[in-house]
Amino acid sequence: MPTFVYMTRCDGCGHCVDICPSDIMHIDDKYRRAYNIEPNMCWECYSCVKACPHHAIDVRGYADFAPLGHSVRVDRDEEKGVIAWRIKSRNGETDLNLLAPITTKPWGQEIPQLADVPAPTQEHRDNDLLLFNEPKYIRLDEGGLHTLESNGLIMKEGVYH
Amino acid sequence: MAYKTIVEDNIDVLVAGAGLGGTGAAWEARFWGQDKKIVIAEKANINRSGAVAQGLYAINCYMGTRFGENNPEDHVRYARMDLMGMVREDLAFDMARHVDSAVHQFEEWGMPIMRDSKTGAYLREGRWQIMIHGESYKPLVAEAATKSADKVYNRICVTHLLMDESKENRVAGAVGFNVRTGNYHVFKSKTVIVGAGGASNIFKPRSVGEGAGRVWYAPWSSGSAYGLMIQAGAKMTQMENRIVLARFKDGYGPVGAYFLHLKTYTQNCNGEEYESKWFPALSEMVGKEYLDTENQHLSHKPIPTCLRNHALINEVNAGRGPIHMVTMHSFQDPHLEEIGWHNFLGMTVGQAVLWAATDVNPKYENPELTTSEPYVMGSHATGCGAWCSGPEDVSPDEYFWGYNRMTTVEGLFGAGDAVGGTPHAFSSGSFTEGRLAAKAACKYIDDGKANGITISEKQINDRKEEIYKPMEHYKVYRNDIVAGTVNPNYINPRQGLDRMQKMMDEYAGGVTVNYMTNDKLLNIGLKKMKTLEEDMEKIAASDIHELLRAWELKHRLLASESVMQHTLFRKETRWPGYYYRGDAMKLDDKNWHVLTVSRRDPKTGEYTMEKAPLYHLFDEDHEGQEGEAA
Repeated sequence: MPTFVYMTRCDGCGHCVDICPSDIMHIDDKYRRAYNIEPNMCWECYSCVKACPHHAIDVRGYADFAPLGHSVRVDRDEEKGVIAWRIKSRNGETDLNLLAPITTKPWGQEIPQLADVPAPTQEHRDNDLLLFNEPKYIRLDEGGLHTLESNGLIMKEGVYH
Repeated sequence: MAYKTIVEDNIDVLVAGAGLGGTGAAWEARFWGQDKKIVIAEKANINRSGAVAQGLYAINCYMGTRFGENNPEDHVRYARMDLMGMVREDLAFDMARHVDSAVHQFEEWGMPIMRDSKTGAYLREGRWQIMIHGESYKPLVAEAATKSADKVYNRICVTHLLMDESKENRVAGAVGFNVRTGNYHVFKSKTVIVGAGGASNIFKPRSVGEGAGRVWYAPWSSGSAYGLMIQAGAKMTQMENRIVLARFKDGYGPVGAYFLHLKTYTQNCNGEEYESKWFPALSEMVGKEYLDTENQHLSHKPIPTCLRNHALINEVNAGRGPIHMVTMHSFQDPHLEEIGWHNFLGMTVGQAVLWAATDVNPKYENPELTTSEPYVMGSHATGCGAWCSGPEDVSPDEYFWGYNRMTTVEGLFGAGDAVGGTPHAFSSGSFTEGRLAAKAACKYIDDGKANGITISEKQINDRKEEIYKPMEHYKVYRNDIVAGTVNPNYINPRQGLDRMQKMMDEYAGGVTVNYMTNDKLLNIGLKKMKTLEEDMEKIAASDIHELLRAWELKHRLLASESVMQHTLFRKETRWPGYYYRGDAMKLDDKNWHVLTVSRRDPKTGEYTMEKAPLYHLFDEDHEGQEGEAA
């Protein structure tokens, strides 16, 4: 489904409306709470489920092929940098708890502000081939960028076989 | 209409659509243009937009030159083998030689990349794939892009590119509307980098209801990369090269890690290996050069994706379906079992939901596989997109016109799905293409190529009127009827989408016709499409959300027409398993070892098609013949 929203848990904060890539989480005019306005455009991507501060959003598998009575719940913790999943099957035989990291560093701190790094030299600019931090970051050693010449290659028209 | 017009002026680099390609472009543009004005316009929210919105469990394109694993040319040879030869090898080589530097930065920024505990190298899933915990892949690259951009406009559906009126065929920015406020947005820019997406939902899906959302490629991938560029008159290439995916049934969960890392394999309903028996006949169709039954299969060299599809499709048609993925052996290992589930949770949660709903436990049963409806895109195992210039040091004359990743419209660049002929870029390669396009766009500006751009008020006002027309149309005719959706004066976006999908399915080789088409069918399809195009003038939107769907449909329709034109042009069956030309069932290297290039005249809508030469990479000391690298 597609996602749905529990009436008693949603407070209409709109985090899900803000994040949904498909623009299908909207606030209902009458109840002032969120709901999925277009289930057949829902990818079950869980972006809204993860973003909901009240765990008010859940997923019920697509009605045209998924029977009722299952559950895949998630808790994404940005502070701790982990995501926790729980999968329960319809017959109850599968009940899995799975944990995965989502980052290894504090958010954003390791990403440089490129407006403030030393500007590219004229030589770097004139060289059509190298991007920021290159060539170093390609191999993390002193090696240069691969070219046709360095790799002993030519481009030739026709079939290759 | 009471919507405001909001103008953002003096932009240097406008990024239209910020998935992996667009975020790479915005990020890198700041380095080459530290004083330049960089603006992002994105249909959704860049923290969760594009194909990687829900995350990824693997980076599918990483050379590992650092660990002594592969060189860029190895990847080019792999991609051309997989695409039956049809690759822009200059662009592919250029992407491959830069892609590792993007991945190394991702790790530095906090991306959890798994390591091989013995070697210390990144943990390989396959020769090109590395395994990651990529749930936050998109928030991570979005943060980088946000740091570099002057402004990020979320929730702007970009509908058209603006064109310069002082010099023909030069871009001048873009326009669109805010899907929340409804306001009209005008971006006047010296360059535009299109990072918008490929197309899901242009062929009728296998699902019949809600499940239509569980398309393989994201439902919000509305082919806008193609819609925007085709409308502007940019040349397109390889648009016939749609992709069909063999995936877990209904949920379309990924199979890469299952095949490569978990060592699962496929069999028919009788528990038999079925692929190899289809290969001799297939080898007759495509030629020994592309499928050497005796040597290639036995030597475990990769078989092209489309040819493996062909075997699956034929085995099912022979009455020995369903095809199963044999998971029962691997999943006895609890560690591998966990990886199998994590793989879904990291990139296709819906497949985990489906298995939970249907009590599938892959430890005790072998789940079903199927082939999907076709998709049109340019970064997975297919290469639809714009005809772009390559890098000067690699590209032959026919592939080079001054600026890397620039389309045939001046100042208009592409990245990711937007660039044609560059399959197997995936997430990391798309980000890399964005970086390359950004450097070239900055150079284009510094060279003075964007001087003297003129945009008249008329162009801006005409586009505004055009954009809101579906809402006006709705207002005018809504009250002709009591209630409901049936109206003789208009169709709504969903009705238009249904019609387009049915047309593409039945005439252009969709799933209900077993991917089969021919000259006659395509000509009928194109005729029907013209009437749909006429009816698109009468499309109605009851609110701003429906207006978004109306414009997505317009972009999808432009992409679809291009697919039909290209499919009609290429009179051969180049990729059995992706689609078949029933009137030309053989691969024909004599006439069609070329790339197809099209242009739609923006004024008349007429298509012109041409063949472009194919250049391949060869070892310098190798005269002529060359086999695939092992």
